[in-house]
Amino acid sequence: MKILVPTKRVPDTDQKITATADGSGVASDHLPFVVNPFDAIALEEGVRIVEKLGDDSEVIAVGIGEADYVHQLRTALAMGATRAICVECDQPLDPWNVARLLKEIVLREQPDLVLMGKQAVDDDANQTGQFLAALLDWPQATFASRIELLAGEIRVDRETDHGIETLRLPLPAVVTTDLRLNEPRYASMAGIMKAKKKPLDVIPVAELGIALEPRVEVLRYHSSETVRRGERLRSVDELVERLRQDVGAQA
Amino acid sequence: MRIVVVAEHDGTAVRGASLSALAFAQSVAAAAGGDVTWLVLGHQVDSVAQDAARFAPVLVVDSPALENPIAEPFARVISTVVKERGFELVAAASSTFAKDIVPRAAAQLGGAMASDVVRHELVDGRLQLDTPRYAGAVTATVVLQGSPQIVTVRGSAYAAAQPSGETHGVERLELDSAVFNCRGSYEGLKSKQNARPDVTEARVVVSGGRAFKNAEDFEQHVGGLADALGGAAGSSRALVDAGIAPNELQVGQTGKIIAPEVYIALGISGAVQHLAGMKNSRTIVAVNSDPEAPIFDVADYGLVGDVYKITPELIEKLESHAVGLSR
Ligand SMILES: Cc1cc2nc3c(=O)[nH]c(=O)nc-3n(C[C@H](O)[C@H](O)[C@H](O)COP(=O)(O)OP(=O)(O)OC[C@H]3O[C@@H](n4cnc5c(N)ncnc54)[C@H](O)[C@@H]3O)c2cc1C
Ligand SMILES: Nc1ncnc2c1ncn2[C@@H]1O[C@H](COP(=O)(O)O)[C@@H](O)[C@H]1O
Repeated sequence: MKILVPTKRVPDTDQKITATADGSGVASDHLPFVVNPFDAIALEEGVRIVEKLGDDSEVIAVGIGEADYVHQLRTALAMGATRAICVECDQPLDPWNVARLLKEIVLREQPDLVLMGKQAVDDDANQTGQFLAALLDWPQATFASRIELLAGEIRVDRETDHGIETLRLPLPAVVTTDLRLNEPRYASMAGIMKAKKKPLDVIPVAELGIALEPRVEVLRYHSSETVRRGERLRSVDELVERLRQDVGAQA
Repeated sequence: MRIVVVAEHDGTAVRGASLSALAFAQSVAAAAGGDVTWLVLGHQVDSVAQDAARFAPVLVVDSPALENPIAEPFARVISTVVKERGFELVAAASSTFAKDIVPRAAAQLGGAMASDVVRHELVDGRLQLDTPRYAGAVTATVVLQGSPQIVTVRGSAYAAAQPSGETHGVERLELDSAVFNCRGSYEGLKSKQNARPDVTEARVVVSGGRAFKNAEDFEQHVGGLADALGGAAGSSRALVDAGIAPNELQVGQTGKIIAPEVYIALGISGAVQHLAGMKNSRTIVAVNSDPEAPIFDVADYGLVGDVYKITPELIEKLESHAVGLSR
């Protein structure tokens, strides 16, 4: 079984993110970068499937972006990916173009399953997996919290607003991961050492023969701030009083 | 601009979040000129179509293939109707239903999509859309290139559209059977029966965090306070992960994003991912034993103390004061 895992490089989510003063982007110079948390979950799931099958199955991590992406791809290898592909592209990318480039990689690699994050925690778009599934005309299951392998098929539990939905899909398919699918492992020292010897191909984006078609033009970024009263209360009685003012009056 | 809004429904009526998407669409149409039409998809959805027709004209695609929400046929139906009818803007709610199918349709329509629109403005004939990034820490103002434009709209950012006072027309569409092809199969939905309103629909939401040790305590304190205020019960991810609260209660970046009139956080620390889901609530109340908890930074009213002591006292006093909200 061949599993392709697209991984994005994103700022660590615990950091405070602000827009630059001129609104042209976010202030990122000081930020540590990580593998997008949902992609780490996708990697973990892929690695577990391969470990369970115990054959020559492989997990291929793919990242599309600046040369720095190789750092996060090394992390993916250390977590257990078999090999990695870095598509080097220094132009800004939106989900449409990421999906178009990923499609080319899928056509080259012919995986049985594309496992990826439901959303990148920088742009929070939640689009790329669905775009890719549409471009490939493959079935999709988004927001997976459980994946079961059947013969030539998968059964996926999906987290929705109304509860857990179960879908059965034939392979090949695109599956996007939700938080509760698994707890990704940390890369061990041995994993990090092994990763150094694993193949990491760097492909210049031009080699894929896809002209970028920008779809999302960002005019400006601004930091979101709301001002709060910040009043500290001393007793439950005071809280009841405030709730009566704020809540009761609207009833 | 010709605009279509995907009507999400419960089999009987249009959901509130879609009425917010309709309000967005009507506002764009008012500024740019144009018209707004509903698209109702499903099986045996006459009552949904009738409900929708109180607000705007309705197109209906009714087929057994659309009985259950599976992205493949739903997306193809949407993209087919949008192409056939020449719609230039497609709007839907920011729900898991729409987030699954609408991007798939968007890719079939050229990929010009923005998720989670919270504000819009027509400037020199171009539709500028505000979309939150980085768990809401930053907002990007974007313009989509190409047509049609496809958006999902945050229910918390747009007040629900009101009925127009007249009954609009309902048109049933017949599509080629190939449009309904589907390789996957739907095996069911497991939901906890929740008698309380959904967090996305309630005016008051009471959420519990890791302070609560088990499901009974959560139900008694969080559920009890929600009931005392006629509101919904929500939770942080910590409790969902621990199996103490059901999944659909999760508020946050990766749960539901809400802006009720009052949000009460009980024993929740206030991680950025949680704040992303509730920080636009009108009034925020926090109860936490740690005076330094970051949740207090976004709270209008903060009370330091043990939720196991404070919540029962609060429930009792609220009940005797009869403070409550009708939904
Ligand atoms: C990619 C990603 C996405 C995420 N998405 C979400 C999301 O959508 N929603 C979400 O909520 N989280 C999300 N998280 C998790 C988030 O980072 C936090 O871990 C989580 O919100 C913490 O939940 P909590 O506040 O209940 O628990 P904790 O952080 O453990 O806080 C518990 C709080 O309760 C207080 N407390 C303890 N006992 C008592 C008591 N008896 N009385 C009063 N106070 C008490 C403590 O002082 C503390 O402040 C996400 C994380 C990641 C990495
Ligand atoms: N530049 C990228 N390189 C590799 N994978 C990506 C990239 N951008 C997005 N993805 C994948 O698409 C998923 C959803 O991203 P998004 O649609 O931007 O929220 C991510 O979790 C990744 O798996």
